[in-house]
Amino acid sequence: MAEINNTKSASSWKFPFRIKIENRVDNPPKWLSPTLSVGAIIIALLIGAIVIWMGGGNPWAAYSHIAKYSLGSVGVLSDTLVKAIPLMLVGLACSIAFRMKLWNIGAEGQFFLGAFGASLVVLLPILPEDAPKWLFIITMAFFGMLFGALWGFIPGLLKARYNVNEIISTLMMNYIAIEWNNYFIYAVWSERGFQMSRMFQRNAWLPRLSDLSTRWPFFSGLTTHFGLVFAVLAAIILWLILSKSKWGYEIRLIGDNPKAAEYAGISIKKNIVLVMMVSGALAGLAGMSEIGGVVHRLQGAISPGYGYTGIIIAWLAKLNPLAVILASILFGALILAGREVQPAGIPTLIQGMIMVTLIASDFFYRNRVTIIRRVED
Amino acid sequence: MDLLIILASGVATGTVLLYATVGEAFAERSGILNLGVEGMMLIGAMAAYKTAAATGNAWLGLLVAMLAAGLISQVHAFITITLQADQVISGLALNFLATGISLVLGEGLTSLRDVVPQLPKFTIPGLAQIPWLGRVFFDNQSILVYAGFLFIPLAWYYINRTRPGLHLRAVGEYPAAADTLGIHVYFLRYFYVFVGGTLAGLAGATISLSISPGWFGALTTAGQGWIAVGLVIFAQWNPIRAAFGAYTFGALRRLVLDIQAPVLIFGLANPFYSNLNYAFFLKMLPYIFTVVFLVIGSREANRKRIGSPAALGLPYIRGQRGL
Amino acid sequence: MDQEITPPGIENVISMRGISKRFPGVIANDQVDFDLRRGEVHALLGENGAGKSTLMNVLAGLYRAEGGTITVHGKVANFNSPKESIDAGIGMVHQHFMLVPSQSVTENILLGLEEPRFRMKLSEFDKKIETIAEQFGLHVDPEAKIWQLSVGEQQRVEILKMLYRGADVLIMDEPTAVLAPSEIEELFNTLRSMTDQGKSIVFISHKLHEVMEISDRVTVLQKGRVTSSGINTSDVTRADLAHLMVGREVVFRVQKNEVQAGDLVLSVENLKAMNDKGLQSLNGVSLNVRQGEIVGLAGVAGNGQNELAETLVGLREAIEGKITVNEKEVTNKPVKLGIRHGISLIPADRTQVGTAPNLSVTDNVIMKNYDQKPIGQGWMVNSSEAGKYASELKEAYDIIVPTIDTSVRLLSGGNLQKVILAREISSEPKLMIAVQPTRGLDVGAIEGVQKLLLSQRESGAAILLISEELEELLSLSDRIYVIYEGEIMGEIADGDIEKIGQMMTGTRLEQIGKEGVGSNG
Repeated sequence: MAEINNTKSASSWKFPFRIKIENRVDNPPKWLSPTLSVGAIIIALLIGAIVIWMGGGNPWAAYSHIAKYSLGSVGVLSDTLVKAIPLMLVGLACSIAFRMKLWNIGAEGQFFLGAFGASLVVLLPILPEDAPKWLFIITMAFFGMLFGALWGFIPGLLKARYNVNEIISTLMMNYIAIEWNNYFIYAVWSERGFQMSRMFQRNAWLPRLSDLSTRWPFFSGLTTHFGLVFAVLAAIILWLILSKSKWGYEIRLIGDNPKAAEYAGISIKKNIVLVMMVSGALAGLAGMSEIGGVVHRLQGAISPGYGYTGIIIAWLAKLNPLAVILASILFGALILAGREVQPAGIPTLIQGMIMVTLIASDFFYRNRVTIIRRVED
Repeated sequence: MDLLIILASGVATGTVLLYATVGEAFAERSGILNLGVEGMMLIGAMAAYKTAAATGNAWLGLLVAMLAAGLISQVHAFITITLQADQVISGLALNFLATGISLVLGEGLTSLRDVVPQLPKFTIPGLAQIPWLGRVFFDNQSILVYAGFLFIPLAWYYINRTRPGLHLRAVGEYPAAADTLGIHVYFLRYFYVFVGGTLAGLAGATISLSISPGWFGALTTAGQGWIAVGLVIFAQWNPIRAAFGAYTFGALRRLVLDIQAPVLIFGLANPFYSNLNYAFFLKMLPYIFTVVFLVIGSREANRKRIGSPAALGLPYIRGQRGL
Repeated sequence: MDQEITPPGIENVISMRGISKRFPGVIANDQVDFDLRRGEVHALLGENGAGKSTLMNVLAGLYRAEGGTITVHGKVANFNSPKESIDAGIGMVHQHFMLVPSQSVTENILLGLEEPRFRMKLSEFDKKIETIAEQFGLHVDPEAKIWQLSVGEQQRVEILKMLYRGADVLIMDEPTAVLAPSEIEELFNTLRSMTDQGKSIVFISHKLHEVMEISDRVTVLQKGRVTSSGINTSDVTRADLAHLMVGREVVFRVQKNEVQAGDLVLSVENLKAMNDKGLQSLNGVSLNVRQGEIVGLAGVAGNGQNELAETLVGLREAIEGKITVNEKEVTNKPVKLGIRHGISLIPADRTQVGTAPNLSVTDNVIMKNYDQKPIGQGWMVNSSEAGKYASELKEAYDIIVPTIDTSVRLLSGGNLQKVILAREISSEPKLMIAVQPTRGLDVGAIEGVQKLLLSQRESGAAILLISEELEELLSLSDRIYVIYEGEIMGEIADGDIEKIGQMMTGTRLEQIGKEGVGSNG
């Protein structure tokens, strides 16, 4: 409610202006939301600069480095896209779960399990070594999604059956996933004692743009891989599901008011498990596309926290699957160029700062804030 | 393998979880869920270590750690209390922010290992002679471990038997009721989020200045902040149950590390000694147990009908009906 | 301006002048004057939304008025917080009790006080509280936790809380809404003993007979303005007050046509179910409803009405018993199956259960048929069909909203209820369960809802009307069951209000008469 009693007892002098805050009673204008998001990012970068400066760094150098080494040329732009692919998929994974107010912060673990599942196809092996490329792509994608879905299924079931808080359980599953992969990297598939598996054979690699360079020289050296097709397709399909389908309607209804959904005859428990599995499958696909398209082997360091960045991307995109594509490119740039920026924590810091200012900016979306001249009473 | 030594170091490790868990319990009792514990602990660990390294005074490090973590917690307080944003997403944001800040400001600290002072460890004469228990609880422990023993009953007493504790519970259960009686809901929520922050900072400082001294980036806390958030639910917002959970987990963490050492266990070949790779499964245990604890906790709460503080997660807006 | 003349020798404890209070889009109070004398019960009468509670919330320091002055004991006092108001001796008992359920009676009473400073030794204070309780006839166990108490007992704790703080003015906001007839009597006795001891009471109500019974004077509000200020209750009739309150003649009974009851639609046998606390709250309910019949279910709030409604539609598990709808057993069947069988529920809670606040009007009206043709097609929701359907309902039910894409949280209570009714009625239900369908609505909206229910009856639906408003039940129902602690006390077809009142406090129909009138419980 507006204008509630929150002023302290009257003092003799009053500031001649006061801030008036009212709940919006109408739908806000369309331009407001993107404007606030851009504003939030700018403010985040300004505050981030102060912290970097305090830490002894040079904010201007850091930022210009990031801009130059992420968007400065076709080559780095292609690399930015490579970083953006897993981000799109985990961003989508978070978006569908968050739509239902299901806080899946386990995309990181689901990503690792997806990578593990895809590796099984090559390393177990599930397919013979000389199977055709298209079969490898399909099978690896399937197994990546399967294992990601499994990793989402467990916390989903625990939430549906025992009402276990999914925030904690998905997070714990992240740590478990890392140890799980470590075991296989160190003990089972270790290549000559190194902490990584052998390199996959070429027909288990996702095709890259540079593969086309024999016909179109322009593409030579470009690393963008087939995972981009997965990610964009997934975004379109998810958009269709969320905004056009019956199931999407159910998810929206549960997300806004689970009691109303139950009253309309929609099973919440079933949807918790289902959405967690779809979310996990998307994150798993991200893991698959990263090892199939970039790393080409199973190893420990396959994610600089993609799963966690996915949370911020989903939030920046306002849980809209198509907007996730754009937000992912922005963060892809940050992660790519941030690798060489010192001190090493800067990308995390900027991500955190952007998220904080984004959430804070929401206040101006929900409320009408005006500064008015204080009228003497 | 000496079981008592493992238990003793388990108590030391558990002290970290104890402070973080009880701190989060304070914040949640006031109605604010703060998922940023992990990040705040990192801030605490970093600030403590950095200050101690710069000044040579570990006590000063402890103080700065608590203040720094308390300060960063106020970002979450402002976003959730004043701006009324979703507490889950704001807590996640705080985590990223705090982790980022501690990584940036902690740059270069890792190499300082041997020059940074630590907080004192000592044996309590008399008590240490108690059979079994003496060696577990009172033999060459950090001063912060002993402080933890005192802290548990004090925290319980404060919440359940004092006037401010009564107000704390009221603010988290039914803020509108508290507000009509002149209790400052907003102020108290800010305050207890701050308390939660300082205790998370204390937990971080306990790691970096005492239990496993040093600064190892994000590995310094290794998910203990998240375990603490899980333990709060298991503990049903009660410091005594929190202590039980924290020490159990501490012992478990130590067991995971120490079980690899002996050749034989109970006369049998130790599988973790013969194949070091099995240790990866051991390392999963604390996280698996957290989930198991959550299942137990929520089933028990369901049976006894113990809920979270009724207003947990909800912003308070004066003049709106209901909570 | 006609300044009220206070007779000599009578002291005005409170005097409010020209109070104005605006909310976005509404003027809740417009230049309102109000006086309270020492030792009187002053009724503040008005419809829902007339601004009674707003005015008193201003006095209690919860809201700040944009204009006007408050004088307490002759001193100007504009309160900035509830605390300041309490310190001035003004205590308000809200409609929603301001009690912390997990804390004891004593803890709730001591909440926010300076004494004790730090350590809470509760037993010392139990005594003191018991003394005050005795003085005003407010019996309650100081050590009990609030959640263990009945609604009536909780109300006593609220009053005690204010008396303990030394309040000499007590504002009671719709205090009888949650009470059984016998508890209302008890409350009135307490109020009288308080005025005898020099306290003053503001009694907010929209129930005319209660105002006539308890108050010394009445101030009537209509749409935020005073239509009558401080008249003596003994000088007016019920009809006068009704006119002042609504501004037109009030139809006390809606037009109800004769309808021949048809086949049996709903039959409930020995139904048992638990409530959310895990306690059994339905202890073997049996009842039936036929086609073309409105069957009322009377009872004080919290006697199992909500649990019954939820169990009937499949939202709550039945642990024993049988529910049959049109000869098909639906006990513990999925909610969706019930919807297909033509069972419809108008839930008591419009915002928590009945609607999804941030979704559009369209999304809210298709809640029950989004997966049925023509709106649901294959895997898709056909948005143009959904929009067409929503526009039709908006026209037919006169839902006042800018566009069908507006979020329903921006709708008023009456319009929100129209959205729910439109959705439920347009599904052409065979059985309609309506829980408190008119609660919190203004008179015009109430009439509209009641007419819709009656027209459903005429078109052959079976309706179970669950309500706490006896007048509404009496005017709409063909028969009335009374529920008490999850059991049916009896069935009344002739509208004998005396018997219903007794059954509501736990006397079985067959026992009435045997024990004689007035022996309740």
